Amino acid sequence: MIQRNNKQALLLIALAIGMFGFAFALVPLYDVFCELTGLNGKTSTQAALFEEIDKSALPPDREVTIEFLAKVARGMPWEFRPVDSELIVRPGEMNTTTYFVRNLVQKTVTGQAVPSISPGQAAQYVKKIECFCFEQQELPAGGEMEMSVSFFIDTDLPEEINELTLSYTMFHVDDIPHDHLIEQVASHQE
Amino acid sequence: MVAHAESVTKQRHPFLAFAARWLFTTNHKEIGTLYLWLSFLLFFIAGTMAMFIRLELFEPGIQFIEPLMYNQVLTLHGLVMVFGAVMPAFVGLANWLIPMMIGAPDMALPRMNNFSFWILPFAFTLLLSSLFMDGGAPNFGWTFYAPLSTTYGPPSTDFFILGVHLMGISSIMGAINIIVTITNMRAPGMTYMKMPMFVWTWLITAFLLIMVMPVLAGVVTMMLTDRHFGTSFFEAAGGGDPVMFQHIFWFFGHPEVYIMILPGFGIASQIIPTFARKKLFGYHSMVYATASIALLSFVVWGHHMFTTGMPLFAELFIMYATMLIAVPTGVKVFNWVATMWRGSMTFETPMLFAIGFVMMFTIGGFSGLMLALVPADFQYHDTFFVVAHFHYVLYPGAIFGTMAAVYYWLPKWCGHMYDERLGKIHFWTATIAVNMTFFPMHFTGLAGMPRRIPDYSLQFAEFNMLSSIGAGLLGLTQLLFLYIVIKTIRGGAPATDQVWEGAEGLEWTIPSPAPHHTFTTPPVIAQDPEH
Repeated sequence: MIQRNNKQALLLIALAIGMFGFAFALVPLYDVFCELTGLNGKTSTQAALFEEIDKSALPPDREVTIEFLAKVARGMPWEFRPVDSELIVRPGEMNTTTYFVRNLVQKTVTGQAVPSISPGQAAQYVKKIECFCFEQQELPAGGEMEMSVSFFIDTDLPEEINELTLSYTMFHVDDIPHDHLIEQVASHQE
Repeated sequence: MVAHAESVTKQRHPFLAFAARWLFTTNHKEIGTLYLWLSFLLFFIAGTMAMFIRLELFEPGIQFIEPLMYNQVLTLHGLVMVFGAVMPAFVGLANWLIPMMIGAPDMALPRMNNFSFWILPFAFTLLLSSLFMDGGAPNFGWTFYAPLSTTYGPPSTDFFILGVHLMGISSIMGAINIIVTITNMRAPGMTYMKMPMFVWTWLITAFLLIMVMPVLAGVVTMMLTDRHFGTSFFEAAGGGDPVMFQHIFWFFGHPEVYIMILPGFGIASQIIPTFARKKLFGYHSMVYATASIALLSFVVWGHHMFTTGMPLFAELFIMYATMLIAVPTGVKVFNWVATMWRGSMTFETPMLFAIGFVMMFTIGGFSGLMLALVPADFQYHDTFFVVAHFHYVLYPGAIFGTMAAVYYWLPKWCGHMYDERLGKIHFWTATIAVNMTFFPMHFTGLAGMPRRIPDYSLQFAEFNMLSSIGAGLLGLTQLLFLYIVIKTIRGGAPATDQVWEGAEGLEWTIPSPAPHHTFTTPPVIAQDPEH
């Protein structure tokens, strides 16, 4: 009896440990699920290849409005905004737009932009060939620059989607205490 | 060896002997008692926090506690009630009753049993000590969504994480013990389909615990590494996703809500046949219904987060799966009612609590169906309607179930009958108070009063005042319960072995009070004539 009890208890402990592992396995599973369904509107951070498409096959009047948004995460002392607030584009054609950033503090700051597409289902059809979000951006004290993103919209974009939004959030990568940066931003704005 | 242990005990100071007895006990009855008293204490601590919440909500505006303090009290109320009051109370009942119900001498793994109890006081000391720390206690609600608990959590969040780990280890060990006991220690002839419903519901609950408590441990571990070790599970800047927190949390969280109700189903299924003096209607369907509720609980976590934005097919699947749960639950409610149908019913206090459980749990079940509807949920989400729903399933559900169990088995445990008149007063005041407290929340919620906010618009003033008065009354009735329990332990009319006229089951064949050791030789189980 005691042997059987111990054996069974060990099996159940193994099950518990397995479920602990399963919690971590949910992380990659979630990513795959999101990629398939566009659940969280994340776009690929890998450059896509632009393929020449037979333009004559496209519906000639298909136009899609894409709006651009930008925001900075808490504690990020940058001004960050799109130069164009929206573009009207045709699926299958290359487009380029730019974002403007300025460092508001007297210190070099590195940032990482994270893109998000809304509605989420459209995320997999927005293909970026070149983007400032593919790598970290560094700005010297008080520096400013324009950053570009080149993209095309896949011709398979579902017909019911005619408007979409591409939004970037700029996060700071450096390990600077938040309060310190907020103070600097405040003093700069005065 | 026994003689040796006794001689050592005799040399000790009486207090040390007392402490050693309870610290080192491996007896399932003593450990059950410890669990029940700890959960009772934590029930009062978390209840006091609820009193602070209702005091602040008595009138619109900020009067008694600051918003930050309100958030802390709200968070700890939820955490302590879920992990400290409801769950240990059910584990305590399992310890006391399962060996007696299946004719086993004790739990299968007595030392692990001792360990799983004695972790708990430390877990809750860690959690509650955060109230006295710089930066305050956790203030992000019992669901601790990232990034509130990661980027913006107070320093004491780490104490919370450690506390949750300890509670998880305790629950998993308790569940392992219960499964091993039920599968290996049944008396000869006690087949699975002869086990009392309470044992069945606990077997299924224990499997749920083993499946989901490690997932909770996983998610708090991810929080810990996000906070201190530079990972980005829930941090968008590093490629993570805060919404993923909610998915993993509710993968634990939805089975967790069934962990808090299935043993209650078992208790109602024991008590109602006794006082209706009929066999439980549809025993087999009860078993299958419980198992299907448990299985379905794994695929419906998304209904807690419809508003986070999901593909339409996912919303539809989760909505239909959630509504499907109403079918086995309906089977159970039907069977309880059918058991009472044309029974020779009497209404002693345990029966009153059990009937109250069936009626008011069903109200909570119906509001759950309303919340399952995707288009409607967008309005109900994060309002007091949700608060009303889950308090209806937890207070008149889990807690009334536990109280019914205490009234029902207390005479067996201590050998005295409780005071029937006081018990009835307790039931009726608690029932009036619980409805006064939680029923108005349906209306304020539907009208748009958000949960977790210490202030509210003027039009909600009357309903909130009513809720607060009800909550005060509800708090007082539980002091009466404490008095009744202590009074019964200290004395009262002696209980017979069977205690209740219609009671059936092995635990009613042993003397009252139950001796320290029972079923050291397995009992003989009557064979069913039909088999």
